[in-house]
Amino acid sequence: MADDAAAQGDGGGLVFHPLDQFEIKALFGGDAIHWYTPTNVTMWMALAVLCVIGLLVLGTSKRSIVPGRTQSVAELAYGFVYKMVEDVTGKDGIRYFPYIFTLFLFILFSNFLGLLPLSFTTTSHIAVTAVLAMAVFLTVTILGFVKNGASFLSLFWVSSAPLALRPILAVIEIISYFVRPVSHSIRLAGNMMAGHAVIKVFAGFAQVLAIAPIAIIAVAAIYGLEVLVSFIQAYVFTILTCVYLKDALHPHH
Amino acid sequence: MEGNIAQLGQFIGAGLAAIGSGAAAIGVGHVAGNFLAGALRNPSAAGSQTATLFIGIAFAEALGIFSFLVALLLMFAV
Repeated sequence: MADDAAAQGDGGGLVFHPLDQFEIKALFGGDAIHWYTPTNVTMWMALAVLCVIGLLVLGTSKRSIVPGRTQSVAELAYGFVYKMVEDVTGKDGIRYFPYIFTLFLFILFSNFLGLLPLSFTTTSHIAVTAVLAMAVFLTVTILGFVKNGASFLSLFWVSSAPLALRPILAVIEIISYFVRPVSHSIRLAGNMMAGHAVIKVFAGFAQVLAIAPIAIIAVAAIYGLEVLVSFIQAYVFTILTCVYLKDALHPHH
Repeated sequence: MEGNIAQLGQFIGAGLAAIGSGAAAIGVGHVAGNFLAGALRNPSAAGSQTATLFIGIAFAEALGIFSFLVALLLMFAV
């Protein structure tokens, strides 16, 4: 598909394919990719981790009553996620705050780093987000059984519904429970991939002289929207983690 | 004209699947619009419900993303 578009050149088609930016390439040496090969995914994930460490270490190195810029950002992020966990999960969810804060910062920085021109968005790959979502799913399920024992299954037995409806609702609840990791991961990956592909499509329109000014303005506008979407998707991922955690801690309807 | 009937069906199917993205857009707009309608009636309660707003948007959007994924799979993976 990409080769076709490239072969057509300026004959009306796009010179580059909008999904080419998501190609995984080995950083060094040949094209062979094994599980241990350092690729651009590895590099940008490591950069995201470095950014998180940098923000929090620099933010807390010169602690002062009146916070500087880095300290303000670190404090804002901490307070924001802390309040989210407290509001959604409740007081006993605070114990799991470090995990949720880690998830939030990693996804946020992966999304933001992906917005740099010529960079690579690690969260646009379902393989990456699926690992994050499966980790949340397994954690929450195991935690639910450890904390509540077999009574965790009452999550699927809606006791507020009429008795005749409950078996049907149980089936629906079980299906929706197992679809959670799928929707959780695909939401993030799909949003990231779609946003970046749209930017590339409009960048392709910019080659046509007649609509180039509109296309360039549109790229700038969509870029602004993508900054917003990057933050909102990180927020949505973490808040859904909080909701799932609440279900695990308090399964009774 | 090259291509075959399977490719035709693939592209028509991808286009039909893309309708789902538009339907999800209606759903997201519905959630946000109703939130705003309620928030303007009782602004003091609005702040505590933004989390619910985003959860609702996320659920409405998830199904649209599924259809987008089906469209992408039909275009590039099948």
